[in-house]
Amino acid sequence: MNLDLNKKKLREINQLLQNVGREKNNRSFQILNPQGQHAICAGLKDDIEVSIKGHTGYYCAGMNKNASITVHGNVGTGVAENMMSGKVIIKGNASQSAGATGHGGSLIIEGDASSRCGISMKGINIIVKGSVGHMSAFMAQKGNLIILGDADADLGDSIYEAKIFVKGKVKSLGSDCIEKKMDDKNIKELNKIFKDLNISEDAKKFKRYGSARNLYNFKIDNVSSY
Amino acid sequence: MCGIVGIYLKTKKYEKDLGKFLSGMLDGMATRGPDSAGFAIYTKQNKNKFKYSICLNQLTDKEFKKKISKFLKKITLKTFSDHVILETDEKPKKVLEILDTKLKEVSLVGYGKSINIFKQTGNPKDVVRKFKLSSFSGTHAIGHTRMATESAITTQGSHPYSTSEDECLVHNGSLSNHNNIRRSLKKEGQKFNSENDTEVAAGYISNQISKGENLEETLKNSLKDLDGFYTFIAGTKDGFALLRDEIACKPAVVAETKDYVAVASEFQCMAHLPNVNTAKIFEPKPGIVYHW
Repeated sequence: MNLDLNKKKLREINQLLQNVGREKNNRSFQILNPQGQHAICAGLKDDIEVSIKGHTGYYCAGMNKNASITVHGNVGTGVAENMMSGKVIIKGNASQSAGATGHGGSLIIEGDASSRCGISMKGINIIVKGSVGHMSAFMAQKGNLIILGDADADLGDSIYEAKIFVKGKVKSLGSDCIEKKMDDKNIKELNKIFKDLNISEDAKKFKRYGSARNLYNFKIDNVSSY
Repeated sequence: MCGIVGIYLKTKKYEKDLGKFLSGMLDGMATRGPDSAGFAIYTKQNKNKFKYSICLNQLTDKEFKKKISKFLKKITLKTFSDHVILETDEKPKKVLEILDTKLKEVSLVGYGKSINIFKQTGNPKDVVRKFKLSSFSGTHAIGHTRMATESAITTQGSHPYSTSEDECLVHNGSLSNHNNIRRSLKKEGQKFNSENDTEVAAGYISNQISKGENLEETLKNSLKDLDGFYTFIAGTKDGFALLRDEIACKPAVVAETKDYVAVASEFQCMAHLPNVNTAKIFEPKPGIVYHW
């Protein structure tokens, strides 16, 4: 079913997609002429497939629950922000804060992602086939940020327990972020993610980064400071 | 919030459409800045003529013509709502002095050999109509829609700020050390007409350029001297430069085709540009000066 943003209002299209229901047979939709509008496909609950033909604005596919959304273009700030589950694929580049605070599901960016990719992520898997901008995985709590290209400055600043995997170069690590050993368990886990998402990559070529756990753990030696 | 836009034509193909393109871009950015709008549009320069963009405030264009004719001969005036473009071969030093001392009731918005600059309070959609922006042709242009934060909604508080010949600046963000910089620039003789932070940044750029720095170096220096959040577009007679601060909280997106380079706070305001869907679209990196 084609939904044309030149003919229908964004709110009308979003409401239709948010209320498809389990009993409906038509579960495949195309959005035409997105023209950089904000919040396209925000809050989709059902397991439907949506293909967006063009560039989108802010918070595209935000809060996604079960939908599978593909954007054939670039996306603005906060794509798939606070995603719970489901799958979001970006064929072009993503702006800042891609996958911010995401709890689950997979966000795949085929181009580059800008600054603060995966900020405060809480369980989502983010795969960036290009490079990421500065301060990516800032305060990331859970989940995996997998970067096939390079990472700009201050990667993983103030990170909690999320894992970062990078195949290319890392310009610099942020506060309390360190390189960690890529053991067999990590390799197996990462290869499983690649297999599930049909990505032909070898986990052995990646380096792993995570928290040194000095910043967020309370140390008894510091008690006098409080 | 605020919205900033810029368009630079690489070929002559769209020179007649420049005003129309910019008008659509400002229209699209009305959501980021509903309080006031302004734009600078650069046309081919006439070697001997200077253009002065003047806001008449309460005067009518006839009253202004009568008054200015006492001091300047051989002038042409074009009226656009409450602004006029005064064209004369008199040098800026003399004209600026006349405006400053004899015609205090009007305000100079900007001057140069190729810049035409307009700004006014009100919704950007109305402002662009008022100044008939769609009818302009030119080589490059920048514009701004303002959501006022640190100073009042007035014409003086609107962007772009022009503090020197053919130079102007639009800004999305806020500067935290503008009072200190304003004080030190005032000591060096720089004049300011508002309490606005962006005017200080524009003054800073003009001051550095007057000392012999080029625009790129000046913008690089601003990274250490100006404290705050910003995306700047600085226009000159040849083109414009773009800079985001090193934290890069304020957005910017660039779309480049073989015919033009467009810059804006959000992609949605460029969606009407020709072939934009196949353009090279990227986000400028923090702390890097881009210029066209």
